[in-house]
Amino acid sequence: MGVSFGAIAVAGGLPVWVPVVMSVVVYAGSAQFSAVGVLLAGGGPLAAAATGLLLNTRNAAFGLAVADLLGPGRATRLLGAHLVTDETVAFALAQPDPARRRAAFWISGIGLFAAWNIGVSAGAFAGSALGDTADYGLDAAFPAVLVALVLPALRENARLRGPAALGVVLALAATPFAPAGVPVLLAPAGLGLYGYGRKGAAG
Amino acid sequence: MNATVALILMLAVGTYALRLVGPALHGRVELPARVQELLSAGAVVLLVALLATGALTEGGGFAGWARPAGVLAGGVLAMGVPPLGRGRKWGKGAPFAVVVLGAATVTGVLRAMGVA
Repeated sequence: MGVSFGAIAVAGGLPVWVPVVMSVVVYAGSAQFSAVGVLLAGGGPLAAAATGLLLNTRNAAFGLAVADLLGPGRATRLLGAHLVTDETVAFALAQPDPARRRAAFWISGIGLFAAWNIGVSAGAFAGSALGDTADYGLDAAFPAVLVALVLPALRENARLRGPAALGVVLALAATPFAPAGVPVLLAPAGLGLYGYGRKGAAG
Repeated sequence: MNATVALILMLAVGTYALRLVGPALHGRVELPARVQELLSAGAVVLLVALLATGALTEGGGFAGWARPAGVLAGGVLAMGVPPLGRGRKWGKGAPFAVVVLGAATVTGVLRAMGVA
């Protein structure tokens, strides 16, 4: 996915440094795609940034969910916050105990940060020579990653299934009407079905 | 300041601020165990919604059949086939890389065959 972001940005007429620098300092795939999309469509920087930030509001919820994994130190908290993504949170929450959650967060966080940025640079320099990455089915890779990551939690904790199903229905129903990034924010309303306080840990 | 630099700065600062909300509050505000549990559950629910919208929709509409078919194939691989003769217990599931490559391959092959 990093490769396709680099390639798309450069193919759209942006200089090579733009996707490369953006990926290091913003480091949020879907937000970068949509922000660059808005910019390339002539939407202006304010509209582009607003679109990206709307998509990233979910990171505030994710940050709260993994805050205890980022360590007691100020430095690790400041660094770890930058690594909060859909994937690192999913990797971490797929682990059974706090020690392994912490390890999964940091290992996947550092690994994904490296992989994403190397991919973006490769894509930016290769330009549009790669062709359409949809031909390789790469757009199915990201949802598949999430499937693999949430399955253990859903299998282990039956009480998550109802809220998750309701969340999906809400998000899909809102997709045709709401701006990108907003539909998934409705999903946590599915927690209304969550019978918490009984035996067994969530996530 | 040029428009692209302005965009990168706004997006970078805003995104980092959003990510920092949780870690910054942590340790100052003691969250009850129930709230913690709900936050973890909320993150899973959000991820499931994200995968569903990511698999099924594109730009506010249906993404076509090839992508959800690939994602479904990945899901089947991730579930693991129940081992023969061992009752109803599910297998461990295919390795992560196999799940992802399997999903991309199914989608890619379907597209090559003309399925959108």
